[in-house]
Amino acid sequence: MLSVENLSVSVEGRQILHDLNLHVMTGETVALFGPNGSGKTSLLKAIIGVPSYSIESGKIIFKGNDLTRLSMHERAVLGIGMSFQRPPAIRGVKLRDLLVTCVKKRGGVDPGDINDMIMRLGLSDLAERDINKGFSGGEIKRSELIQLQAQGPDLLLLDEPDSGVDLISIELVGSVINELLQKDRKKDRREKAGLIISHAGHILDYVNADRAYVMLNGTLQCSGNPRELLDDIIEKGYEGCTVCKG
Amino acid sequence: MQRVDHEKRALRAVRKRADFGPDLDIGSYEHETKELDKVRALNDLPGDIAGASTDVGIETDESCRSGTFFQINHSVVLSTVYQDGLEIMSITEALQKYDWLSGYRWQAMKEDADKFTAEAELHQHQGYFIRALPGSKVELPLQACLFMDQDSLIQNVHNIIIAEEGSELHIITGCAAAASVNRGLHIGISEFYIKKNAKMTFTMIHKWADNMAVRPRSAAIIDESGLFLSNYVCIKPVRTLQMYPTVYCTGKNSTARFNAVLVAHEGSDMDVGSRVYLRKEGSRAEVITRAISEGGNIFARGHLIGEVPDIKAHLECRGLILSEKGSIHAIPELEGKVSNVDMSHEAAVGKIAEEEIQYLMARGLSEEEATSAIVRGFLDIEVKGLPSQLQAEMKKALHPKELKDRVL
Ligand SMILES: Nc1ncnc2c1ncn2[C@@H]1O[C@H](COP(=O)(O)OP(=O)(O)OP(=O)(O)O)[C@@H](O)[C@H]1O
Ligand SMILES: [Mg+2]
Repeated sequence: MLSVENLSVSVEGRQILHDLNLHVMTGETVALFGPNGSGKTSLLKAIIGVPSYSIESGKIIFKGNDLTRLSMHERAVLGIGMSFQRPPAIRGVKLRDLLVTCVKKRGGVDPGDINDMIMRLGLSDLAERDINKGFSGGEIKRSELIQLQAQGPDLLLLDEPDSGVDLISIELVGSVINELLQKDRKKDRREKAGLIISHAGHILDYVNADRAYVMLNGTLQCSGNPRELLDDIIEKGYEGCTVCKG
Repeated sequence: MQRVDHEKRALRAVRKRADFGPDLDIGSYEHETKELDKVRALNDLPGDIAGASTDVGIETDESCRSGTFFQINHSVVLSTVYQDGLEIMSITEALQKYDWLSGYRWQAMKEDADKFTAEAELHQHQGYFIRALPGSKVELPLQACLFMDQDSLIQNVHNIIIAEEGSELHIITGCAAAASVNRGLHIGISEFYIKKNAKMTFTMIHKWADNMAVRPRSAAIIDESGLFLSNYVCIKPVRTLQMYPTVYCTGKNSTARFNAVLVAHEGSDMDVGSRVYLRKEGSRAEVITRAISEGGNIFARGHLIGEVPDIKAHLECRGLILSEKGSIHAIPELEGKVSNVDMSHEAAVGKIAEEEIQYLMARGLSEEEATSAIVRGFLDIEVKGLPSQLQAEMKKALHPKELKDRVL
């Protein structure tokens, strides 16, 4: 579904991603680990197409389309959705109104479904508030997730969906992500794929990841089994990953 | 006797320029217009007039209104009241009926303030008198429309609105010009008196024409524990609009709140402020302005004067510049005259944050849809204390049909 090939990206004249390669197949869930500032969020933003993240070389292919020249809107319409780590607050735009718009954009679903989604994620009060304005850390995560539910993308880019989420909510967050990724189906029957950034990997206790990558200094150092990689990181630190490069 | 005095003072001010806004040649507007017949109900008005008035909050179905006042050019064509404890009539009729009313005339402001107040005194073309009797709570809003449908005309109205002790009054005033009007001058004098424990909300929606000049002159006096809530919406083209409504919180625990939403199109100059004198302890004031330039120029002023201890006042102005041609100049002023006051202001002027547009685009909105949604959100001010019906009316005025397809 997604191929990132020899990608180098710079922001404000500074290169932050270097010659990076990554593949996500339809049906797959891929985890992305790496220390703070290593470039994980930047990679997702380059994929979703935030204009200030400019592609210096390489390309991003999604469902056979080269994304380089496409706007964020066009990429969203093609089926890419992202939950942001630090989304902006938008004064006067109510979360519910945005959900309704997203649902309408993909052609329907009656408003009852939106209410069900809101109830399930415990967002009744938040839905009537300005998006992200004064939302707590955990509320932001649930609000980002419900927006993805409304959007129903094929490729989910999830930036730390588990950070700051309490022990009860994480189970709920996990089950919604599983649904969005069609985890109830056999892998070859799924139409969705996911790329999930996580530090501690808590979300992986609920959402099964097929593979994981480790990002260090703007490039992917290694890939492998998510559990084993996490254990290695806990034991040897991120530096351990430099050893197996190549 | 009184009357002569006002005239004399006005005569001395006929050439007195206003403190703000471009000067205008009052003589270039016509005073002649024919007297129009009264109508029995709003439905009897010509279709185009009724239609235009609905854009400024006037309901032709009056079942959701406690009364209606309708003036076209210089004629009061309708003035009806549907509820006890409420009075609505033309100002001339009211001044004939009540001797005491002349004591309210030019009390909250002076006839020699500038050439526009002077003009209104010297050539008054009606206006309304609205009063809620002591203790009467008029929950349904009453509506008043000041309409102009003759080109190059001047319309000088003088309104007096009184909420007697313990009463409650909600007013929606729409001012509009017919599509056939290109230029004209509207001078509106409004004096508000909010007595002890009374509550008054006043929602004013303006829809003028490309070359209209508009000079409202408003002032309010609030007694003990009274509340005055003023909302103003002007999002349609106007050549020049200048006003600086002033409130005097003269009673203990009196409260004044202003909300204004301004959109200046190319060719529009707006100079709008709000001023509150906090003169007794426990007084509160809040002034909120949202200004958008779509190519026009806006001065957004605010002036809070804390004269006694233990008052609280806040001023907020947010401006969005959507076109390279436009400008917004926010001028918030705080004046504390004693130490124990709590006064603050917040002002921000700029363009829409890219990050917000991008965020909505990532949700599948196009750039224009994202921009419109953010602009709509920017204009959406929830007014505390406003009946839901009027809140809906404001929403409707803020989101006219033409915009609907573009936005959330
Ligand atoms: N818009 C930007 N302007 C300037 N620098 C940026 C910008 N975006 C990212 N960077 C820099 O690029 C580097 C990678 O940042 P990024 O947010 O991708 O890290 P991350 O791996 O997601 O970190 P974290 O785990 O803390 O979220 C950092 O040094 C960051 O400061
Ligand atoms: Mg990050």
